[in-house]
Amino acid sequence: MAKRAAPEVNAGSMADIAFLLLIFFLVTTTIETDSGINRKLPPMEEQTDPPVIKQKNIFTVIVNKNDDLLVEDEPMQLKDLRKAAIAFLDNGGDKSCDYCKGPRDPESSDNPDKAIISLANDRETTYKTYIAVQNELVAAYNDLRNARAQAQFGMSFVEMEANQKDVNWPGNKEALKKKIDQIKAEYPQKLSEVQK
Amino acid sequence: MPAVNTASLPDIVFMLLFFFMVATVMRQNTLMIENNLPFADQVEKLDKKDLVMYIYAGKPSENYRQYGNESRIQLNDKFADVKEIAAFINAERASKREELVPYLTTALKVDSDANMGLIGDIKQELRKVNALKINYTTKKGSVVGR
Repeated sequence: MAKRAAPEVNAGSMADIAFLLLIFFLVTTTIETDSGINRKLPPMEEQTDPPVIKQKNIFTVIVNKNDDLLVEDEPMQLKDLRKAAIAFLDNGGDKSCDYCKGPRDPESSDNPDKAIISLANDRETTYKTYIAVQNELVAAYNDLRNARAQAQFGMSFVEMEANQKDVNWPGNKEALKKKIDQIKAEYPQKLSEVQK
Repeated sequence: MPAVNTASLPDIVFMLLFFFMVATVMRQNTLMIENNLPFADQVEKLDKKDLVMYIYAGKPSENYRQYGNESRIQLNDKFADVKEIAAFINAERASKREELVPYLTTALKVDSDANMGLIGDIKQELRKVNALKINYTTKKGSVVGR
């Protein structure tokens, strides 16, 4: 029997099929957001006597139900919050902090280790304002840590943390961990929250 | 005018198709609430997707108006009460391998117009069951001037 050539498949409708599938995936795709601000909640524990904290070491931020900010008893705009928080944290009033670049005002915080930011919000505050305020306060800490890390190790703090997580980073992770811990100890995040 | 050669059209379409097929993540939960996330720029990425528990909150969306206009919590595929969060967290923990339980993070996907009272209640419940690692899921963008 003579060998017959296989008949050619008609590929004319290939594009139509592909288009159909394409449109299906276009419609069903939702690019999920998977980034955000990480926080840690305080653990539940029995009521202990609260430690005595000097008033000058507390930076109070109050957000009311109309989303207005009251910072240290003064109304403030959101855009000025970061700068005010940095000035407070980096003040270094008792001169024990030799890396602080603040004004060393004796009326403001003693050193970054003692400085506490207290954030109070109303039940009717909107979530987006709360996130914006949280963001600015985290940014204040990050800015200070970045500046410190840059001066000390020639690399910003955010970069150091990214390297720490990156499995392909070629450097010495042990040493990096130590550096990160040092920066964290120099500017500890002390953020307390209350809801009224 | 000469006809445009469309011979490579299937190739182009297939390329796009493959991109979308790879990029697609089928949604696990059907959202019954409005979920317009707020903006923030100091964000960190959640790296272990399977170690995240999602809690949604927001106003019921168009189709679910019979549930009212007030912000509500959604767990899995249905509306839930604040008291059900503890059970939800325990169920999620039970479904994971034991050694992975301490690494579980709770992602709060909350609508930007929700009020903080609800979030405060959620956080209080999470503290009760000792689920302390949380992540406020946000879109990336500047917060000032919005």
